[in-house]
Amino acid sequence: MLRNTLLAIVLVGMAYMFFNLYNTYESRTELHGIAQHFAQDGAKEVGAANLVTAIVVTYRGFDTLGEVTILFLTASIIAFFLKLNDEDFDKEIVHRDTSELLVTASKVLIPIIFMFGVYVFINGHLTPGGGFQGGAIIATGVALMIMANPNIKLNYHVIHWVESVSGVSFVIVGLLGIALAGGFLDNKVLGLGEFGTLFSAGAIPVIYSFVGLKVGAEISNILNKYQKSQKEI
Amino acid sequence: MILFDLGHISLAIGLILILVGFWGILTQKNIIKIIVGFSILDTGINILIVSLGYVKGKTAPIIDQAVQQGADHNVVNAIVDPVPQALVLTAIVIGFGVTALMLAYAMKLFNAKKTLEITKFNDLKW
Repeated sequence: MLRNTLLAIVLVGMAYMFFNLYNTYESRTELHGIAQHFAQDGAKEVGAANLVTAIVVTYRGFDTLGEVTILFLTASIIAFFLKLNDEDFDKEIVHRDTSELLVTASKVLIPIIFMFGVYVFINGHLTPGGGFQGGAIIATGVALMIMANPNIKLNYHVIHWVESVSGVSFVIVGLLGIALAGGFLDNKVLGLGEFGTLFSAGAIPVIYSFVGLKVGAEISNILNKYQKSQKEI
Repeated sequence: MILFDLGHISLAIGLILILVGFWGILTQKNIIKIIVGFSILDTGINILIVSLGYVKGKTAPIIDQAVQQGADHNVVNAIVDPVPQALVLTAIVIGFGVTALMLAYAMKLFNAKKTLEITKFNDLKW
C-alpha cells in the first residue's frame, strides 16, 4: 500500500513537472547558432542533401565512430554473457512447427528485405535513412530467417568477417581523411560530385555503407547468439 | 488553435510516453514487461528531443528541389533543426544496445530460476 502511494506520488509529481514544461513551451520560429550554420553552409561544405547525414557522418563523425564502438561493445558483452560451446552450435531443439505461411513468405521476402536495407544505406545522403537504419533492416531479414527456421545454422564466420572488415575499413577511410583532406573522417577524400546525385557527398556513401554492413552483421550476430543459447525447458 | 500545432502535439506524445514508460518500469513484475517499459521510455525521450528541434511550419532537413524553390534558395528559412535529429540517431543506437543487453540478462536469469517474476529474485534481500 505504502509502495503504491509512493509510486503514485512520484508519477503525479513527474506529470506535474511535465505539464509545466508543456505549458511554457513555445515552438521556435527560426534557427540559431550552429543549426543555422549547418543549414546555410552544410550543402556547400559537405555536399549531402540530407543534412542529418551530413552532421552524423562528417561534422560529428567521431560520435558515429563511438556509436559503432558501443554496438560492438554490446555484441561483445552479449557474446561473453551467453557463452556458447561447440555443442550449442550443433544441437537441434524440437520447436513447435512454424506455419507454412511464414516459411513461404520468408522465402519471398528475405531477398527483398536485404535489397531494401542496402538501398537505404547507399542512399543515406539523399533520403531519410543511412547506415544504422539500413543495417537494422538487414537484421530484420535475419530475424525473419530465424523465425521461419528456428534450427537454422547461420555461418557466423561470414558474419564476423563482414563485421571486422567493414569496421576496419571505416577507420581507414577516416584516416585517409587526415592524409588527403582536412582531418579525421573528412568526406572530401573523394570528389564532392554533383549535388543530389548518388555519387556525391564524397566519402559519405562509402562510410555509411561500411556502417550499414557492420551494424547489420553485428545485430545478426546478437540474434544468432540469442538463438543458439536457447535451451529446452 | 495555437496550442495544437505539431510541436505541441509531439511534445505531449513524448511526455506521455515517458510517463507510461516510468509507470511500466516501476510497477510491472515481469522482467520482459520491464524491458518493454524501458523501450517505451526510450521512444518517449527520442520524440521529446526531436520535438524540441521543431521550427514552426518548416519541413524536414533534406535539401531537394521543392525545399530550395519553396525557400527561395535560402534553406535556413525552410527546414527544422537537424542537430537534435542527429543526436536522436545516437540515442536510438544506445537504446538498442541497452535493450539487447537487458534481454541477454533476462535470458540468463530465466535459465537460473525458470521464472521471469522479479519478486522471485530475492537472494540479496534480507
